[in-house]
Amino acid sequence: MYRYDELDQAFVEERVAEFRDQTRRHLAGELSEDEFRPLRLHNGLYIQRHAPMLRIAIPYGLLRSAQLRKLAGLARRYDRGYGHFTTRQNLQLNWPALADVPDILAELATVQMHAIQTSGNCVRNVTADHMAGIARDEIDDPRPYCEIVRQWATLHPEFTYLPRKFKIAITGSAEDRAASEVHDIGLRLERDAHGAPGFAVLVGGGLGRAPAIGVPIRDFLPLGDLLGYLEAILRVYNRHGRRDNIHKARIKVLVKSLGAAAFRDEVEAEWQACRADAPVVTAAEVERMRTFFRPPRYEALADRDVARGREPRFAAWFRYNTRAHRVPGYRAVFVSLKAHGANPGDATAAQMEAVADLAERCSFGLVRTTHTQNLLLADVRQDELYAVWRELEDQGLAMPNIGTLTDLIACPGLDFCSLANAGTLGVAHAIQRQFDALDYLYDLGNIEIKMSGCMNACGHHHVGHIGILGVDKHGEEWYQVSLGGSANGFTALGEVIGPSVPKHEVAPTIGRIVEVYRALRTEDEPFIDTLRRVGLEPFRAGAYALHPQAA
Amino acid sequence: MRYILRRREIVADDWVHLGEDPEGAAALIVPLERLRADGARWAAWCGRLGVRIAPGDAPEDLAAQLPHLALVAVEFPNAGDGRGYSQGRLLRSRLGFRGELRAVGAGVKRDQVFLLARCGFDAIELGAGEDLEAARRALTRYTVAYQPGAAGIPLERQRFTL
Ligand code: SF4
Repeated sequence: MYRYDELDQAFVEERVAEFRDQTRRHLAGELSEDEFRPLRLHNGLYIQRHAPMLRIAIPYGLLRSAQLRKLAGLARRYDRGYGHFTTRQNLQLNWPALADVPDILAELATVQMHAIQTSGNCVRNVTADHMAGIARDEIDDPRPYCEIVRQWATLHPEFTYLPRKFKIAITGSAEDRAASEVHDIGLRLERDAHGAPGFAVLVGGGLGRAPAIGVPIRDFLPLGDLLGYLEAILRVYNRHGRRDNIHKARIKVLVKSLGAAAFRDEVEAEWQACRADAPVVTAAEVERMRTFFRPPRYEALADRDVARGREPRFAAWFRYNTRAHRVPGYRAVFVSLKAHGANPGDATAAQMEAVADLAERCSFGLVRTTHTQNLLLADVRQDELYAVWRELEDQGLAMPNIGTLTDLIACPGLDFCSLANAGTLGVAHAIQRQFDALDYLYDLGNIEIKMSGCMNACGHHHVGHIGILGVDKHGEEWYQVSLGGSANGFTALGEVIGPSVPKHEVAPTIGRIVEVYRALRTEDEPFIDTLRRVGLEPFRAGAYALHPQAA
Repeated sequence: MRYILRRREIVADDWVHLGEDPEGAAALIVPLERLRADGARWAAWCGRLGVRIAPGDAPEDLAAQLPHLALVAVEFPNAGDGRGYSQGRLLRSRLGFRGELRAVGAGVKRDQVFLLARCGFDAIELGAGEDLEAARRALTRYTVAYQPGAAGIPLERQRFTL
């Protein structure tokens, strides 16, 4: 993975010094809260319900073992011994003290990490497919381009005070595991007739209020033009995006109000006007970046049947928590942060350290975070899978449920977030209890539940097969259920099925919805396909059956 | 007497905003709408003329006047409104403005000066109560730029090429 050179290192250290000074001025009363807010947000620091929350950047979800160990140490020293992995592949600490944050950032800088631009109205952490470099359906590895975009976006002098936050995702595979269609800019790697890589460009996707799917504005953007074209898009947005209403400030609103065609014309005109003095991505720069993401030294091995003769729980884990690898003899291993009874995406310091050790021994010292709030060991030899499983099992990280209904995504919700309308963790636990029987879970197959505690949609509820949104009803926590959303391949936004339900009814409602599916599916038909085939009606009817409380 | 930052130096300001004393100054900064409303008067003005633009103004619309202007002041009403960065960049690189490009307004603080300088601003008039010396130091807070074309940062400390 990418390694800082002297420039990167100098930059993060200079950044820490700047933030230390800003924090000091704030604590001394020289910077008001209003003045301090954008500065701390640009360094990942929110003021939350109980305490500040620090969001640490994990660029496109890639970590070295030493970095994960450092995160564990920070969680132990400055927090309550755990951290929360987010849908944008970052890590949140929920309990740091404001005065400690400059020290935390200084420690991060010692392992080539930072919290820059993980919040605020700027270009956020660039996200990518967690299977980058190992997927069999990959067109090109997105990570070198992610790193180029990360660097270009870092403290960009023109685009650090945008109308609103700005998220870019890059996907390199046919299956869009980076959800590029629901980002402000989605870049999809393609190859031209000569095999040269470039990007299809989508703009204006996003969740939150008024969710939207990105519209294509360029079928093929040559690699060299990438940064210049991004500047053209961002300049149009920076100048014309709305700033009078925070709910209308995302680029999706601008795209919609101008119309996709007019927006594209505007960007193309800007691009023609600016290309003479826009930054160029040279072949040499791409080559330099590629060297950081070269495949590790795999051994020449053959695929083998590792599950035969092993206990059923291992076989289940193998089936659900590991994935095919481009290289024979290897598998990608999900570290499930979705144990029943645990908060989705949370990991304790001890768990992080155990995963860091495992990665060092069995996966070339690298760990990935996924947008589904799990971790991934990308390159595990098949003959080591059993031993890896035993260790993960010991750490409570081998719940064999990846891709099933209890591999659900949930934002922190009311327990931590000051914007929340309703809790998400209690609901997640109720769902885990309701679907605790693995045979039943496996029978249901792939069902994606995504849950957010408010309209901001950090839990991506719009693109869940089953989406759950917390709403505030006269001071009580209620939940809106939607069906039919999807983010990979065939992106669709879910439709709300009817009146919201009270907290204790969420899990039973989901229970009834999946029973409708079981009754209507054809053999082997996944949930989302049945839903698309028969439509919402039968599910709507089933969901509210025997449910007089709905209002 | 007001002091400003001009190319990393703290200097006494030789410009006056319209409405400030002394009215008879030889270098006057006039808001764009006044310049437009009173074109004939300002065409006949024999001192040095500058214009002050608001975040919603399009720099392209100034193209015809630019050769007659010695200064463009770009307004940053608060630190969160970043339109002025694009305005500055366009004035410099697209419209070729070579006069003084000045950031003004309550949103101009030491925390912004590094970005401003890199968008082509060579003069900084800080918001009320701001510490000029601290702002001058903040101009050199970073020795690295990830974007090309950063004035004041050596080429080998920049990434990418133009
Ligand atoms: S969706 Fe709402 S409640 Fe959940 S983390 Fe985001 S802002 Fe907070």
